[in-house]
Amino acid sequence: MDPKTMMAVSETDGGSFWFPTAGTQIAKEVDGLFYFILALSTFFFLLIVGLMLVFVVIYRRRPGYARKFAPDHNSTLEVVWSVIPAILLILIFFQGFTGFLDMRTPPAETYEIKVVAKKWSWAFQYPNGYIEGELHVPVDRAVKLTMTSDDVIHSLYIPSFRIKMDLVPGRYSSMWFQANQVGDFPLLCAEYCGTKHSDMLSRVIVHPSGEFEKWLEQASNLMSTLPPPEAGKLLYNRRGCAQCHSMDATARTGPSFSGTFGTSQPLADGTTVLIDENYIRESILEPMAKVRAGYRPVMPSYKGQLKDLEIDAIIEFIKSLK
Amino acid sequence: MSVLQMETESAAVNERPSAENYLNCSHGFWSWAATRDHKRIAIMYLISVLGAFLLGGIFAILIRMELWTPQRTIMDHDTYNHTFTLHGAVMTFLFIIPSIPAAWGNFVLPVMLGAKDVAFPKMNLASYYLWVGGALFLLAAIVLGGLDTGWTFYTPYSTTTNSSVITASIGVFILGFSSIFTGLNFIVTMHTMRPVWMTWFRMPLFLWSLYATSIIQVLATPVLGITLTLLVAERALGIGIFDPKLGGDPVLFQHFFWFYSHPAVYIMILPAMGIISEIISVFSRKPIFGYRFVAYSSIAIALLGFLVWGHHMFTSGQSRISAIVFSALTFSVSIPSGIKVFNWLATMYRGSIILTTPMCYALSFIFLFTIGGLTGLFLGALATDIHLHDTYFVVAHFHYVMMGGTLVSFIAGLFYWWPKMTGRMYSEFWGRLGCFGVFAAFNLTFFPQFILGARGMPRRYYNYPPEFQLYHQISTVGAFLLGASLFVAAFTLIHSLFRGRKAPANPWGAASLEWQTSSPPPLHNFESDPCAGDPYDLDSQIYDPDLSGYRFRVESERLHSTNDSAI
Repeated sequence: MDPKTMMAVSETDGGSFWFPTAGTQIAKEVDGLFYFILALSTFFFLLIVGLMLVFVVIYRRRPGYARKFAPDHNSTLEVVWSVIPAILLILIFFQGFTGFLDMRTPPAETYEIKVVAKKWSWAFQYPNGYIEGELHVPVDRAVKLTMTSDDVIHSLYIPSFRIKMDLVPGRYSSMWFQANQVGDFPLLCAEYCGTKHSDMLSRVIVHPSGEFEKWLEQASNLMSTLPPPEAGKLLYNRRGCAQCHSMDATARTGPSFSGTFGTSQPLADGTTVLIDENYIRESILEPMAKVRAGYRPVMPSYKGQLKDLEIDAIIEFIKSLK
Repeated sequence: MSVLQMETESAAVNERPSAENYLNCSHGFWSWAATRDHKRIAIMYLISVLGAFLLGGIFAILIRMELWTPQRTIMDHDTYNHTFTLHGAVMTFLFIIPSIPAAWGNFVLPVMLGAKDVAFPKMNLASYYLWVGGALFLLAAIVLGGLDTGWTFYTPYSTTTNSSVITASIGVFILGFSSIFTGLNFIVTMHTMRPVWMTWFRMPLFLWSLYATSIIQVLATPVLGITLTLLVAERALGIGIFDPKLGGDPVLFQHFFWFYSHPAVYIMILPAMGIISEIISVFSRKPIFGYRFVAYSSIAIALLGFLVWGHHMFTSGQSRISAIVFSALTFSVSIPSGIKVFNWLATMYRGSIILTTPMCYALSFIFLFTIGGLTGLFLGALATDIHLHDTYFVVAHFHYVMMGGTLVSFIAGLFYWWPKMTGRMYSEFWGRLGCFGVFAAFNLTFFPQFILGARGMPRRYYNYPPEFQLYHQISTVGAFLLGASLFVAAFTLIHSLFRGRKAPANPWGAASLEWQTSSPPPLHNFESDPCAGDPYDLDSQIYDPDLSGYRFRVESERLHSTNDSAI
C-alpha cells in the first residue's frame, strides 16, 4: 500500500467508537439513525436474552420444583408482539427512506467531477479537463460525481461521508455530497475487483473555501511547467501506473519500468519487441496489442484519459529509469 | 388406542435387547453406497457435509491468519482472494445449504411421520450422488486454477477472470439439482405419507420448517441453474448477456443471482429454526407456545423471502423506487422471525428447563440469532445500509445468522438426535463444555467485525489500515478458539461411539414419533405402527429408571402431578 495513503487513512480517524469522523451533514443523519436502531436493538436484545436467562434460572428443573400451569397459546399476546415490533419497523424504514432520498437527491447547483475507475486506480476529472488520482473538493459546496468503470464493477466508498455507490462498466452512476470539514478522508473501493482490490485506495482532500480554485489552477499547469521526466513521475504516482509497474526492477502485476527502455523483450505470442517510444505509446493506448511474456493481459486502456503531452512525459520518465 | 395399550407397546420396544437395526442389518461397501435407506443416506450426507465444513473451516483459518497483520502475513494477494472465495463457496454450497435438510431432514423426516422411508428412496440416493458430483467439480476448480470471483460470481469480473469459473459453475449447477431432489422428495413425502391421524397441524414444527424449505428449494434453485448456465454460455461462447463489452448488463446478473441466493438464506435458516422449536419445547417440558403462529411464520418467511432480493443491491445503481420497495419488504420478513423468538421464550416460561447439551446449543442459538436478526435492521434501513454495505458489518451480520444460527442449530440437532442415530449417549459435561466454547469463541470472532464494518473496513480486503489491526487480531484469536471448541464437540461425539453408554429409545422424553422406536431404529423404522399422539404432549412421557430413559405414562401416573421426578 502506498504509505502516503495509509497515513491519510489512519490520520483522519478521530471518530467515535462506532464511526470515523463525520465529514458531511448527511453523515450525521446516518449516525443518528444508526444510534436509534442501536438503542432499539439493545433494548430488545436485553429483553430477550434477559428473559431467557431469568427463565433458565427460575424455571430450571430441580428437586421439589413443580411446573405450574401455563397456556400453550395466547392470541392477544401473540398479536401484540407482532404489532409493536411492526410499528417500530415502520418507523425505522421511514427514517432510512428519508435519509436515503437526501443522499440521492443533489441540490440544483453542484460542482461536477467525472470519475473513471479501473483496476486498480481512480481517475477524477475536473471541469477544466485536468485528471488526478485523488479527489479534491471545496468545503461547503455540493459536489456531484458522475461515475463509470472501464473494466469490472467497482464501488466508490468514503467512510467519513457514509456514502457508497457502484461504478458499473457501460453505464453512468452518480452520487453527491457536501463536505463541511476541511481535511483528508480515505476513499476506498468497496466492490471486490480482483487482485489489488484492497489497494485501490485514494483520498478526498477538502480544501478551505477559496483555496480549491487556486489548487486546481496550479495543478493543471504543473504539466507544462515541470521538466517532462518529473511530470512523468508525477503521473506515474497519481494515475495508477505505480499499482502494477515498479521503479526498482521487481516484477509486479505488470513489468517494471526500470532498465527496460531500449531493450528487446519477449512477448506472450513468442515474438520479441523493442521497448521504444512507439511500443510504450501503443501499450498505454492499446495494452492488449503486445503483451509481455509472463504477464497476464489485465492492463486497462488509457485511451482518451492521457493527453499526448502526458504520454510523452511518461515516456521520458521511463527513459530516465536506467 | 388406550393409554395402557400404548404403554405396553412402547415398553416392548424399549425392552428389546440389541435387536437388529439399520446400522447392523447389512454389511459391506455396497450396502452403504447403494443403500436406499434414508437413515444411511443421512449418515453419508452427514459425514460428507461435515467434511466440507472442515475444508471450509481450514480456508477460514487461513483467512484469519492472513489478516493477523495489515500487510502480507502468510500469503499473497491472489492466494488470499482464492481463499476467501473458496471459503464462501464451500461453506455455502457444500455445507450450509444441504446441511440440515440433507442430514437431519433425511434422518428424521420419515421417522417423525411414522413412515418407512421417503417417498422416492432412489431419488434420495441420486440426490446424494449429485452432491458428490457437484463437490468433485468444485474441488476440481480448486485444483485447475482456483476460483477468485467471490462466492457470488459477480459479472463482468467472473466472465473476464482467468480462474476456473466454468468448472465451479458446473459444480454449483449440479449441487442445485441435489437440493431440488431433496426438496421435491420431502414435499411429496409430507403430502402422501403422513399417517391418517396426523393432520398438518399435528406435525412436529421441524417438519413444517422442512416443508417451507423444500418449497424454496424447488422454486428458487432452478433460477440459480439458469443464471450459471448463462454465465457459462457467456464465458465459453462469447454470448453477450452480462458483459457490457458484449452488449450485456452486469447488474442483471445480480438480480438473477440474488433471486435465488436470498431465498437460499431461508433454505439455510428455516430448518435451523425448526430444530430449535423441537429442542426448546422438549427441554422446557412444555408444548411449544403458539404452535400455529410458529408453523405459519415458517411459510410466511418462505414466501416473503422471494420478494426481498433487491436489498443486496442498494448501491448497485438500481432505481430509487425499487430500493425503497425492497427495503420495505425486507422489514416485513423480520416480523415472522421475531414471532419465533418470542414464542420460544414463551415456551420456556413456567417450564421445567433441563440444560442438556442440545438445550445449551438452542439457548446459544437464541442469543446469536437475536444479534444476527437485530443487526439486519441496520442493513434493511436504506440510509444506514449505504454506509454499511460491503463492509465487515455485513460479514459479521451473516455469520451471526448463518453460523451462529444455522451451524449452532445443526450442532444442536447433532447432539439431540445423536443417541437416536448411533444408539450411544455422550458425556454431557464435555458436550456442554464444547457448547460454551463455541458460544464464547464465536462472539469473540465475529462481534469485533461489527465495529470494523461501521468504522469503514470493507470486506474482501487483503491489506487494511493499521488502525484496524487490534480488531482483526481479536477476531483471529476467536477463530482459533472456535476451531478448538468445535473439535471438543467432535471428540465428545466420537468418544461416545466407543465408550458411550447405550442409548434408550427415548432419552429426552420427547413425544414426536422418532422417539417411539429403538435407538438406533430398525431398518424399516418401526417394529409396529407408532401410537397416534400430539408431538408436544410431553406430559405423556415419564422417566423410567429401569430403562434410563422415558416411556409412555400410564393413566394412574398421569393423575399424580404434572411434574416428573427424573433428574
